[in-house]
Amino acid sequence: MLFTSYNFILFLVVLFIIYYLIPKKYQWMLLLLGSFVFYSYSGWDNVAYITVTILATYFVSLKIGQLYEQQDSYIKENKGSLAREDRKKYKAKINAKQKKYLLLCLLFDLGILAVLKYTNFVISNINSIGNLFKATEISFLDIALPMGISFYTFQSVGYLVDVYRGKYAPEKNLGKFALFVSFFPQLVQGPISRFDDLGEQLYAGHSFDYKNVSFGIQRILWGFFKKLVIADRILVGVNTITQNPETYQGIYVFLGMIFYAVQLYADFTGGIDITIGIAQVFGIELKENFQRPFFSKSIVEYWRRWHITMGTWFRDYVFYPVSISSPMLKLSKFSRKHLGEKLGKKVPVYLSTIIVWSATGIWHGASWNFIVWGLLNCLVIIVSQEFEPLYAKFHSKFNVRHNFFFRLFQVARTFLLMCSIRILDCYRNVGISFKMYFSMFTNWNFGEIFNGGLLGLGLKKSDYIVLIFGIIIMTVFSLIQRKGSVREQLTEKSDVLQYAVGIALFVSIITFGAYGIGYDSNQFIYNQF
Amino acid sequence: MESLIEILEELHPEVDFEEHKSLIDDKVLDSFDIITLISEIHEEYDVRVPVDEIIPENFNSAQSLYSLIQRLQDEG
Repeated sequence: MLFTSYNFILFLVVLFIIYYLIPKKYQWMLLLLGSFVFYSYSGWDNVAYITVTILATYFVSLKIGQLYEQQDSYIKENKGSLAREDRKKYKAKINAKQKKYLLLCLLFDLGILAVLKYTNFVISNINSIGNLFKATEISFLDIALPMGISFYTFQSVGYLVDVYRGKYAPEKNLGKFALFVSFFPQLVQGPISRFDDLGEQLYAGHSFDYKNVSFGIQRILWGFFKKLVIADRILVGVNTITQNPETYQGIYVFLGMIFYAVQLYADFTGGIDITIGIAQVFGIELKENFQRPFFSKSIVEYWRRWHITMGTWFRDYVFYPVSISSPMLKLSKFSRKHLGEKLGKKVPVYLSTIIVWSATGIWHGASWNFIVWGLLNCLVIIVSQEFEPLYAKFHSKFNVRHNFFFRLFQVARTFLLMCSIRILDCYRNVGISFKMYFSMFTNWNFGEIFNGGLLGLGLKKSDYIVLIFGIIIMTVFSLIQRKGSVREQLTEKSDVLQYAVGIALFVSIITFGAYGIGYDSNQFIYNQF
Repeated sequence: MESLIEILEELHPEVDFEEHKSLIDDKVLDSFDIITLISEIHEEYDVRVPVDEIIPENFNSAQSLYSLIQRLQDEG
């Protein structure tokens, strides 16, 4: 059931009415039932996969929690008689047991994800190598990736690790835990929530609150606008260019890069707007996943502002644990001794960065394109880190840090750099991506786009006009957002203006949404991750 | 405390670590700095900062970081 389908809207309306009619203590159960209905639309085998992950994570986290309780009561009972050393030993014994359970469950949860997502990728690589020796090809497995598996697996893993770290006690109610993992708005493309942010909100009852509901609906409309009016429209142009690399080179590649940036932004942020808006309608506040990322002045800043919940997930559950693990600290000692203080201490930092970006790349998709994409991001981050002293020197000499034009240059540079790396997301393999990228510098066909080229991409003149206005509106909204929530600012204006904006959004979605009657909108890009 | 300030100043010479109380909230220290710091602390004080202690409250000021080190040393 797509967010943009009529079925989903009907489902949402029914759920909304029942939600505020039933006693508050049953609301979470309704959300669980709703999530189950929503997910079952994607196929019963998918329900089986998510259920298995929920059950495994639930029972293992419960066991880890019990071990904590056992430890606490033992220490309490023997408070007077237990020496510090003995207490440490006992804690270490308990921790060793907890670690075994943790690793087992991590292996299980991530194993399911790995098998479903990467088996065919591994097979295709084996076949490629096998072809060199004329070996028989292994046939691909016929498995479809369950909807949102990367998101719910990551959310479950985060929860499990937090319980292991003693951040909070495990949820004892299986139904409540199942809701945390499967809460339907975030199943499609995140955000990846943390239990201590979301859990209590899901289980607490919510009274009907006009502001929450109207803000939520406005946010949903805004998401639909981005998705249906902009993303699904510009998609045609992106596909024409990137699926025909022999025909569309040079300036078209540049155009495709920019189009794809717009499509991805409108699609992903629009989808998240819908998600956050739906949750808000039910009185639940989800974490923001974007903070005007295209206004970033450096790639590091961009990654702090784009897909925030994924970035912080990788930071907390991969980057930190890897970079301060015993082997890494030992490596740090070793590299300092042999490479000198300055270079030595960078080795573990950069090695962890490479590991985390390889993982981020692989998470995005089972293909070499994404692995190279991850490593290119990593390369730019490391290079800019190395250039830091040079930047500092530059800024101390030329006082341009707060100069508007210099900041504009930084924003444009970061945008183009990210567009360049993202090209790997567009073409079917790494070789073609690089070939197309370099064709921008070798194939000077700039004039072609104005000699009918633009209109040969599947987009009509009217499409371009809608897109230009759509992009202007998105940009203006982002600029207004710098002063705080656009909806909050809007409430301070007259009622007429508020209604006018709401109606204008609604009408433009109906009029300019890239669909006709019965047309099922395109799936969200991030749904495939 | 002095050696901790030295470690911090080596990372960011432009910052007054005696006074600054919101190093994380103001984005003075990023994740690169944090793991460099943890590795330096391990060298200097022979304590391992566990991942669950990497929270803004512990890293927002030199004083809070020093308190963390002392606590970890006490816990042994």
